[in-house]
Amino acid sequence: MKLNRRWLMLAALVASLQFISAGDITGKITLKGTPPPEKDLPLDPQCGKIHPTKKTKFYVVGANGELADTFIYVKDGLTGKTFPVPEKPALIDQVGCEYAPYVSGVMVNQRILVRNSDPVLHNVHPIPAVAGNKEANIAQLPKAKDLEFSFAKEEQFLRFKCDVHPWMFSYVTVLSHPFYATSAANGTFKIENLPAGKYTIEAIHRKAGKQTMEVEVPATGGKEANFTFDAK
Amino acid sequence: MGRSRNNPALTVFAVLTAVSTLFLIWIGGVVTSHGAGMAVPDWPTTFGYNMFAFPLSEWFFTGTGISKEHSHRIVASVIGFLTTILAVWLWVKEERRWLRWLGVIAFLAVSAQGVLGGLRVTLYKDELGIFHATLAQIFFVLVSSIAFFQTKWWRKLVECRSGGSSESVEFHRWFRPVMLAATILILMQLVLGASMRHQHAGLAVPDFPLAYGKVWPPTDAAFLAEVNRARIGADHRDFLPITAAQVHLHMAHRMTALVILVLVATCAVLSRKGEKQEKVARFATGWLFLILAQASLGAYTVWSN
Repeated sequence: MKLNRRWLMLAALVASLQFISAGDITGKITLKGTPPPEKDLPLDPQCGKIHPTKKTKFYVVGANGELADTFIYVKDGLTGKTFPVPEKPALIDQVGCEYAPYVSGVMVNQRILVRNSDPVLHNVHPIPAVAGNKEANIAQLPKAKDLEFSFAKEEQFLRFKCDVHPWMFSYVTVLSHPFYATSAANGTFKIENLPAGKYTIEAIHRKAGKQTMEVEVPATGGKEANFTFDAK
Repeated sequence: MGRSRNNPALTVFAVLTAVSTLFLIWIGGVVTSHGAGMAVPDWPTTFGYNMFAFPLSEWFFTGTGISKEHSHRIVASVIGFLTTILAVWLWVKEERRWLRWLGVIAFLAVSAQGVLGGLRVTLYKDELGIFHATLAQIFFVLVSSIAFFQTKWWRKLVECRSGGSSESVEFHRWFRPVMLAATILILMQLVLGASMRHQHAGLAVPDFPLAYGKVWPPTDAAFLAEVNRARIGADHRDFLPITAAQVHLHMAHRMTALVILVLVATCAVLSRKGEKQEKVARFATGWLFLILAQASLGAYTVWSN
């Protein structure tokens, strides 16, 4: 028993050392140019009253080109490393007949809770494209209990759809590590506690495309990585 | 009270069933076009309710996907009921044995169609949607044929064919083979069309008569990546990315349409060459107009997107 305890302490020490020499990657995503106009949604009377914009949101851009909903993640540099699945589930809410967030990430087998904060019924329909991730389709009444999903395989932009309201989508990227972020409304993002080392990070916007960047995270402090996309 | 070949009320009922089936196919098309096929996740229940007890306020003219999908299920149930009556009525009143059995086949087909539609929802299988769409139209042809076989026109055609009438006709020797080839190709075209629609990728080729500005579109990875990036944001339904196979499928649909058009036009021409076949010629010309209308609708579907 004593031996086991020692080994456990050693493992905890190694794990904590890994994060002592860790840094953050912060940055900003900017869109250059004018994006195409968003499309009007064919809203039914109920959703027409609560949908915030009544338009699609393929580009969510600030006054100075700050681009939201870009997914940034470590593409290379973590091979062979394993990371624990977070206990805390990711949350996707249905509010105003939209999914929020529109773009997000989770780890393989991490729980995803889907909430319905709307006064209308939605059906939650994840449609994976990778074998091993299971499709489901579950109705959710207003204010009903959260639905729970998880996916066993990595997949980029796994689509959640509501077939009752055919404009409602959410895209969840499933990764084997926790080093990802989605750019906020002000275009900024932060990938936290990345162990020191050299990485390739990729920023993907569903409409504007993808870019990669080589980044070296120092043992202390952090690294900045900014991306600029052209409006397409 | 015995069996007869002349059942006017039954004929009217068969026509009613056929027309109602056409309406059902239209609603089914609306469901697929709006991507609402999965809006009701359970089957044969609707959100846990008995299908017929689902509150009207939750679906009738709500404008949601539920409205479309549940309407489709309700109308389908009505057609199932009509077909059951038709089959029983035929069995009791129709003299021709083969026609009685066609009624039974129609009943089995509508039952299978209902199960296919339900399984497509519960098993998440687009492939079943392809069978569902194809069987829908085969069923429509079957019920329409049953209705047609009840009419005076059919009886007269049979008399002509058997030579028992002074109006017996002589067809051009190529008429039947060309008509058969056109009919088989139309069935293939149904399968191709259903395959395109049930992949939920929207239009794989957005222009007509050219395809991406060319006679035959490129399908290399770089081209498709650019096409798929451009398609994001083109429609609120946010269609899935297209593949090279889908582009080829779309082009096969176009080519098959062209061949069908030529074959049916040939039928219309051949139908006029022969003895005393004016009525057949009129049908063949009507057929050609239907095919032209269908081809125009296909072209309009592309242009209107």
